[in-house]
Amino acid sequence: MADFEIPSISVPIEIPTLNRDAMKHSSPFIAAPKHQEALGFPGELVDDWQSKAIDKFGELLSKSRALQVYMDSCVKCGACTDKCHYFLGTGDPKNMPVARQDLMRKVYRRNFTLAGKLVPWLVGAEDLTEEVLDDWYTYFHQCSQCRRCSVYCPYGIDTAEISMAAREIMDHIGKGQKYCNEILGKVHVIGNNLGLPEKALAHTLEDLEEDIEDETGVTVKLPLNQKGVDILLVTPSADFFAEPHVDGLIGYAKVFHQAGVSWTISSYASEAANFAMFIGSVEQMTLVAERIRKAAQDLGVKRIVFGECGHAWRVAYSFMNTLVGPFDFLDPDYPVPQHICEFTYDLIEAGALTLDKSANDHMTLTFHDSCNVARGSRMGNKPGGQFEIPRAIIKACCNNFVDMAADTIKEGTFCCGGGGGLLTDDLIEIRTKGASPRMRALKEVVEEQGVTHMAAICAICKSQFSKVMPSYGFSMDQIVSVHQLVSNAIVLDGQVVDDAENDVVTTAKNTDSNGDIATA
Amino acid sequence: MVLSTIYAVLFYFAAAVFAFGLAYRIWLYARTPAPLKIPTTPAPTTRRGVVVRMAKEVVFFESLFKANKWTWLFGWVFHAALLLVVLRHLRYFTEPVWIWVTWAQPFGLYAGFAMVAGLSGLWLRRFVVERVRYISSPSDHLMLLLLVGIGTSGLMMKYVAHTDIVGLKTFILGLMYFHWQPLPADPVLLIHLGLVLLLAIVFPFSKLLHAPGVFFSPGRNQVDNPREKRYIASWPTPVNAGRPDGGEHSGDG
Ligand code: SF4
Ligand code: SF4
Repeated sequence: MADFEIPSISVPIEIPTLNRDAMKHSSPFIAAPKHQEALGFPGELVDDWQSKAIDKFGELLSKSRALQVYMDSCVKCGACTDKCHYFLGTGDPKNMPVARQDLMRKVYRRNFTLAGKLVPWLVGAEDLTEEVLDDWYTYFHQCSQCRRCSVYCPYGIDTAEISMAAREIMDHIGKGQKYCNEILGKVHVIGNNLGLPEKALAHTLEDLEEDIEDETGVTVKLPLNQKGVDILLVTPSADFFAEPHVDGLIGYAKVFHQAGVSWTISSYASEAANFAMFIGSVEQMTLVAERIRKAAQDLGVKRIVFGECGHAWRVAYSFMNTLVGPFDFLDPDYPVPQHICEFTYDLIEAGALTLDKSANDHMTLTFHDSCNVARGSRMGNKPGGQFEIPRAIIKACCNNFVDMAADTIKEGTFCCGGGGGLLTDDLIEIRTKGASPRMRALKEVVEEQGVTHMAAICAICKSQFSKVMPSYGFSMDQIVSVHQLVSNAIVLDGQVVDDAENDVVTTAKNTDSNGDIATA
Repeated sequence: MVLSTIYAVLFYFAAAVFAFGLAYRIWLYARTPAPLKIPTTPAPTTRRGVVVRMAKEVVFFESLFKANKWTWLFGWVFHAALLLVVLRHLRYFTEPVWIWVTWAQPFGLYAGFAMVAGLSGLWLRRFVVERVRYISSPSDHLMLLLLVGIGTSGLMMKYVAHTDIVGLKTFILGLMYFHWQPLPADPVLLIHLGLVLLLAIVFPFSKLLHAPGVFFSPGRNQVDNPREKRYIASWPTPVNAGRPDGGEHSGDG
């Protein structure tokens, strides 16, 4: 299937020897002028791109302490060099976090530091030549902004911040990435990444209601644009059609139903994802986040709950209040926003859900911590709640759960390989190779502990895994949603229990189209 | 006397470059806004928690320990030894010598060896570990050369060719109180001092900025409480700017 070599995952994880330029050929499609211009960026590479880029760089340095401090502080200790899944999967030295940063740092030194101006050869300073710009485009699109490197850096240098800045600069000189910028355009015009219009969305939700009724005998609503309800659910649009995402959405609906709360989805803000984070554009990020605020106000809800999506949760949890807050029009008794896992967990803790664990007995689960949730946000009120709460939910719904190796989960979790705006077919090689550390950790528990399925709480992770797992000898349905497990286990009031139907059959529409085009 | 004058002038120059250069950098970091909450989580949810996190980072190099035990070992030994050595050297700047500086003396002595050992380990990694070799520029090697030079010339004056430390102290105190005294013309001492002055001069222009930088790293020094307390971005975003409450500039604390 692939015209590149799939990394072997049969041996214990190993640090590759350097393989120079191994991934130099891999860069994503460039955004078309109309996609660029829709976001206010120049349509194509501007004539004086070099000076424009340096100006923008200077502006970002003065606006971001992180960028300024991270440019200065690296001591080249090498602690981060073996921490990136893309390096581990490719051996390309420019995928070592510090080397990736250095692509930008050498330009920083040349243009913004005394040493770099006086003695560039001594401090590795370089001008932003066309070749360097090409390297930027290539290697800053081989970073999923997963922040794993920042955990291990003695100064917390976060390559994600640097990748975001580089992409922001490139957007401003007309060298944007098609995948992200096209999707952002759709959000502005239609309201979600998929470009799914209100009518189609209403139709999909109705179908799901029917499916749930067929399965359980209970009428569970998935309301759209309902005013005056308690909760606005904002979920990645992949939840509306892709597998296994949609099973998660059914799970949320059942939980809301059982909790007896009123809720709605908004067609105006029918997208949790905020790809503006990936391109480092605070302006775009604000505009996308503002849609959620507006939807909440227009619908008059009291609370906002986010579905399973990694980077969306980072934006929602960490940035939304800053960008488009304050949310003083919502009920102050609940956190703004709340994660669906927090919502479900609270109900479980309160004993408000009846969960039949045996419904998931055909599976042995493990859990993939999504990077943006793990290293860029929190759940609950204690640090690390983002690790404990999803696990607690899984354990409440399943009898069989085991964790993967300790250095591959929680704060050390490996990215799925498709985050950060890389979930596109033109980057399938780096995606596949970058997944290898996670695949290896999974293989270990599959072989030694009999794990059959891996659960995740991120739309990108789910799409990415269902796409790349077959390359590693797994099947695409071995990745499941956490709320899919909840959906299987939850016993609704008045539900007809049919033993033969334990294995919940759900609506596998578009099973094959999960993701590459426009999932979140 | 020419030599003493040159060194005296160099001392003032180096001290000024170091102090102003560093102060400028710190001012720059402090002034530059941190627009969003980006602590690497799990992160403390209180200020006090952040102080503890930072202390663990600065005192024990916690993240580096998680990352790589060898680099941690060499790096930590070097920095801890450097601290003791600097404390030991305070005796040249104080009269009478503070009591705790006296206590530090014997440790400072062994620390000289530990410092050079740690540096050698770090340098060796730049040659033998392919990944670290790849990311090293000439300046990374020269910085280690400089530090090893300072360490060995210092040790030489203790163990090989004793220098006139009484004369040295008179010279230094003379500089501090603007009552200049001659500097003992011992070549090893001159080299040692010359390298130290060079280090002070390059400090604000080099990767040694990691010293102030670590305290300003948003990934480490921010409190994880964006939901509980609205963090106000220090520069207005278009949407915010348009709202009645928006665009408020209330710092970034
Ligand atoms: S943020 Fe993640 S993908 Fe990017 S360099 Fe660091 S480890 Fe690699
Ligand atoms: S761990 Fe941090 S300081 Fe060390 S090389 Fe990597 S980015 Fe630089």
